[in-house]
Amino acid sequence: MEFFLQQTVNGLTLGSVYALIALGYTMVYGVLKFLNFAHGEVYMFGAFAGYGVLTVLGGPSALVVPVWLAITLMFVAAMTVATGIGVGLERFAYRPLRRASRLAPLISAIGASFFLQAAALLLFTANSRSYDAPTLIPIESGVTVGPIDIWAVRILVIITAVILMILLTLWVNRSRAGKAVRAVSFDTEAAAMMGVDVDRVIVITFIIGSALAGVGGVMVGLVFGRIFHLMGFIAGLKAFTAAVVGGIGSIPGAMLGGLLIGFAEAYTTSYISSTFQNLIVFGLLIVFLLVRPHGFLGRPDLAKV
Amino acid sequence: MSQIGVDRWVEESESRQQQYSGWTAPARRAFDKVRPGWRLALFLGLAALYPLLVSPSGVRIGITVLILAMLALGLNIVVGWAGLLDLGYVAFYGFGAYFYAIVSSDQLPAHWPTWVAIPVVVAATALLGALLSLPSRRLVGDYLAIMTLFFAQVFVEVVRNFSRLPGEPTDITGGPNGITGVDPWTVFGFSFNTFNRNFYLLLGLLGLLIVGLYRLNDSRTGRAWRALREDTLAAEHMTTPVNRLKMLAFAVGAAIAGLSGTIFAAVQVGVFPNNFMLVFLITVYAALILGGLGSIPGVVVGAIAVAFTPEILRNPGAAGWLFYIGLLTLLLVTLRKRPMVAAVVAGVVAFGYLLRAASLAIWGDTILGVPNDTFTGGFLDGWLLILGEHQDMASNYAFVLAIVGVLGVILTRGWWRVVALIPTIYLAVFVWENKLALQPSITRQLLFGGVLMVMMAVRPQGLLGTRRVEIT
Repeated sequence: MEFFLQQTVNGLTLGSVYALIALGYTMVYGVLKFLNFAHGEVYMFGAFAGYGVLTVLGGPSALVVPVWLAITLMFVAAMTVATGIGVGLERFAYRPLRRASRLAPLISAIGASFFLQAAALLLFTANSRSYDAPTLIPIESGVTVGPIDIWAVRILVIITAVILMILLTLWVNRSRAGKAVRAVSFDTEAAAMMGVDVDRVIVITFIIGSALAGVGGVMVGLVFGRIFHLMGFIAGLKAFTAAVVGGIGSIPGAMLGGLLIGFAEAYTTSYISSTFQNLIVFGLLIVFLLVRPHGFLGRPDLAKV
Repeated sequence: MSQIGVDRWVEESESRQQQYSGWTAPARRAFDKVRPGWRLALFLGLAALYPLLVSPSGVRIGITVLILAMLALGLNIVVGWAGLLDLGYVAFYGFGAYFYAIVSSDQLPAHWPTWVAIPVVVAATALLGALLSLPSRRLVGDYLAIMTLFFAQVFVEVVRNFSRLPGEPTDITGGPNGITGVDPWTVFGFSFNTFNRNFYLLLGLLGLLIVGLYRLNDSRTGRAWRALREDTLAAEHMTTPVNRLKMLAFAVGAAIAGLSGTIFAAVQVGVFPNNFMLVFLITVYAALILGGLGSIPGVVVGAIAVAFTPEILRNPGAAGWLFYIGLLTLLLVTLRKRPMVAAVVAGVVAFGYLLRAASLAIWGDTILGVPNDTFTGGFLDGWLLILGEHQDMASNYAFVLAIVGVLGVILTRGWWRVVALIPTIYLAVFVWENKLALQPSITRQLLFGGVLMVMMAVRPQGLLGTRRVEIT
């Protein structure tokens, strides 16, 4: 029972991170109807930006500022860098292809993903880095719930993710800009005719999606330690799985899917084998795509002539 | 050459666009008159001379080129003709290679004769392709792409972890160590056990494949594939058997990949999981996109360009040529006026002098490193900073700044563009001499990723492809 609860917390942490990345996929898919392959790389750069700030501030063991300030700055830096890359991608890799055939932006996105991976390899070398979060926030700190102890970092991650998701939901449903996003996602041409600035909405979507991915990157660095130049690829695939499982284009779906993938991965790793962790997640996706391609909360796509 | 089913206007639009101009026009017109069969014969004849002119390692590169060309041609069926984005293609290649390696090595141990092994492997790969096409009945576009990508990931994971499967006494795929000691192809007692023999084997197969694909392209099936690519829904309404065609495209593509895989395994005398990673898939895609989706000669040219690039990058002198000629070409294309190009180059050198003088005044000449000017012969010495101690960090910043500069050049127009060009080019040369030239494999990755992006934005039809007319 204790082990099970521990794994549940583990899955919840992992799931929150996947959900944050999945939101970026799902929002971009909503407005552009195309899969931003390079999103995982945006998340990876976010993680490295956080690491950079941590190093500049003296490293985990010799911080020159209070811990809370350091972590806040890490999040801010990650969001800034990730947003910069996301908006750059939109402007230079995707916008020129708005009117091209369906394959073109996808291939461009694959190229961008590959380019960013190589750039990270060039800038940060192939060595993996560690946030060394246990030095930052002692592993003993945290709360005890029933039989298990939950590390403060995990609580921070889960709460931050939940707050961000609530804010996002409120923003999409209540604000004027959120309404524009929904309108573009529903029918781009009609929205444009009603005076919605589609380009602006797309940029906003990229800003939000990338910022969330950046936050996710720092979270992974804090909880799981290791960051490296290839981390974006697998995490991106899993987050995409989450977005699909939840129903691509649906914001609550991405959150739900993220949690589901997180749990699936945590339980597989602990009860079956870590070898099969990726296999099971991918198998889940393949089954899901075949049985219910529009996911849990998505709408089935009707082909119109 | 008239094709049934091509609309008159669309057909003529191609010839309207192809009115050549400039000094290459006579040559291109003359080349257009050469019949496709003779073009192929010319290509094969020239390629057959290649091993006579180069060293054994050069022949090995030639083999890589031919394998890549075959793979790209197979992928072209699925992506270029049928319009299905298949990101699991490299798994078929791997499957063929592994299957062949398992049945022709000491792994089982089994040493099937080639005439048994090859048909079985190719048929099995085709079957796997047909199986993977089943989801394409329901999934289109991005979903199909991601699903096939997962398939490729699953393939590598399975191959790498098979040895750790519980209750399995022998590890069939050899895990991360792969399989070694694979037999060469042996046909009628003739063993293809040298690079030269394999080169000619591949060249022969490639020739046959090109002829076959050329026939296929003009056949009923080929036309149906293109109809599928242009508009699946309309094709279906014209009673095209959409699902069967998708399956066929996947199966034929996979069979070609499987065949290439067997030769790869035989040439390498082994197979390893790392041979079939995403990096290789991107390489095949780069060849396909660079040459031109859908065009057979284009794909072959793309494969040659892409496969030779890493070899050129590995040789510092040749890489220098490539870089500086590329830079100059870019300048000529963006500025269009030769005096302007000269002015910009002068500006870059002047900018470099100033920056160098300023840096030396601030930090002193202890920051300087040893220039690696094998190619430029000291031309850079006066104005470019080749750093010593801080080379790594400074060139990292310069790399990021150079990318920002390139994006800035894209955004600006007129005089601002010229102004933005000068520091950007300086930074590019700086990064090249201080970093990229020293790390050929990363440079290659950057180049391929960049090629995919730039080609999509600038020339989506590739070097030799024909521009598609979008009918909406």
